[in-house]
Amino acid sequence: MYPSRFRYEAPHSIEEAVGLLQAGDGEAKVLAGGQSLVPLIKLRFASPELLVDINDLPGLAYHRADPDGTIRVGALCRHADLEGSALLADRQPTMAAAAPMVADPIVRNRGTLVGSLCHADPQGDWAAVVTALGGHVVAQGPGGRRTIPIGKFVNGPFQNALAYDEIAVEAVIPAPGGTPAGGYLKLERRVGDFATAGAAVAVETSGDLVTRAGIALTGVGGSTIDAAEAAQVLVGRPLGAEVIAEAADLAARAAQPKSDHRGSAKYKRHLVHTFVERILTRVGDTTERAA
Amino acid sequence: MALFEEIAAEPSEPVPVRRVTISVNGERRTADVEPRLLLAHLLRQGLRLTGTHIGCDTTNCGACTVLFDGKPVKSCTMLAVQADGHEITTVEGLGGASELHPVQEAFKDEHGLQCGFCTPGMMLAAKALLDEVPDPTEDEVRWALSGNVCRCTGYQNIVKSVLSAAQKLQGQSAADGS
Repeated sequence: MYPSRFRYEAPHSIEEAVGLLQAGDGEAKVLAGGQSLVPLIKLRFASPELLVDINDLPGLAYHRADPDGTIRVGALCRHADLEGSALLADRQPTMAAAAPMVADPIVRNRGTLVGSLCHADPQGDWAAVVTALGGHVVAQGPGGRRTIPIGKFVNGPFQNALAYDEIAVEAVIPAPGGTPAGGYLKLERRVGDFATAGAAVAVETSGDLVTRAGIALTGVGGSTIDAAEAAQVLVGRPLGAEVIAEAADLAARAAQPKSDHRGSAKYKRHLVHTFVERILTRVGDTTERAA
Repeated sequence: MALFEEIAAEPSEPVPVRRVTISVNGERRTADVEPRLLLAHLLRQGLRLTGTHIGCDTTNCGACTVLFDGKPVKSCTMLAVQADGHEITTVEGLGGASELHPVQEAFKDEHGLQCGFCTPGMMLAAKALLDEVPDPTEDEVRWALSGNVCRCTGYQNIVKSVLSAAQKLQGQSAADGS
């Protein structure tokens, strides 16, 4: 299938790219990894007049930690970079767990975390992970940079809060206050399929107490679901079986699944319950051993 | 007098093209392409390298897998203009009929293909794996090929072929003393 005709520019600086978007007057799209956008334009679900390819922009392929522990992921950091990341394996278990589950290994060579957030597919893994971690997105436009919390950034299915002349340049995960723990689990019928259901869990612990918690769900609603209530019951308590069951119940209740060919709504809720319980139980066992 | 005379279409607006220079299988190739041309189409129709297959067109099947600067990518999900200045390896770059690449040899010996449609993509994904992990476990092979679909479902022999290719390549590098 052939995309409809568009103009193509490959700028060499963010400022130049922003200028092109501005001139594009709402008819331009940013092309990064292209693993969602290119299929969309091939199927003609999208027909932008101008593609601004940011792959030649220097200095955006990074992911790194600031001295205080804040993790920053640049707009051209590929899923594969995060999958092989020693930094994440060492410091950010929820992200480390999710990276190898995104799409398939070939798509992971091109696709980017920031692009996945912008695409805002309710089935996207990273939006759930970044939501659970309380992260935000840094956008650059003609007036400079602004920071958008993930809950405001993803503001609907396939919708984000970027203005037409803004580029998402970085995703930021705030420095943990305690010891970060957590995980990501999802069920898919085969590699690369959309998730039947997925759950991202991120907690921080101090001693055996949970000091911060985030739980977010993939593929069980019209948008990424922030199961904040479920996460909140964990805070200030040790991860025992009772509180874990309570959080898993609340997370399953927060899900808004629809029955489809991937499973019934009831089954998907059951998956969410199981995933949250499983991740928290594993974290609880580890914390207990360490304490 | 003819009853009708065909009139050439009015010249429409000129189609914008971009010049790209791509190293394809080690050879410098230059082409003027429309930005909307997919890399898979440039390879197949422009450069007549029809070993790169197009299966699903929805980024699921991996039949169009080529190596982009050494890493496997789905060439139906990249624009040809994006390959400007980069290196592409297609199945034709692995080896020809007279001199097979060890991966190709292994697929032949271990019956790693039935209809052959997915084979170029499978072999390139396998080569990329073996470049990085010369002695993979069966599990690693299965995960590395999980973005490539075999419509004959002949996965057992494909996995066997890749494990056998790993041994061949390791034997080769041992013989080279490297």
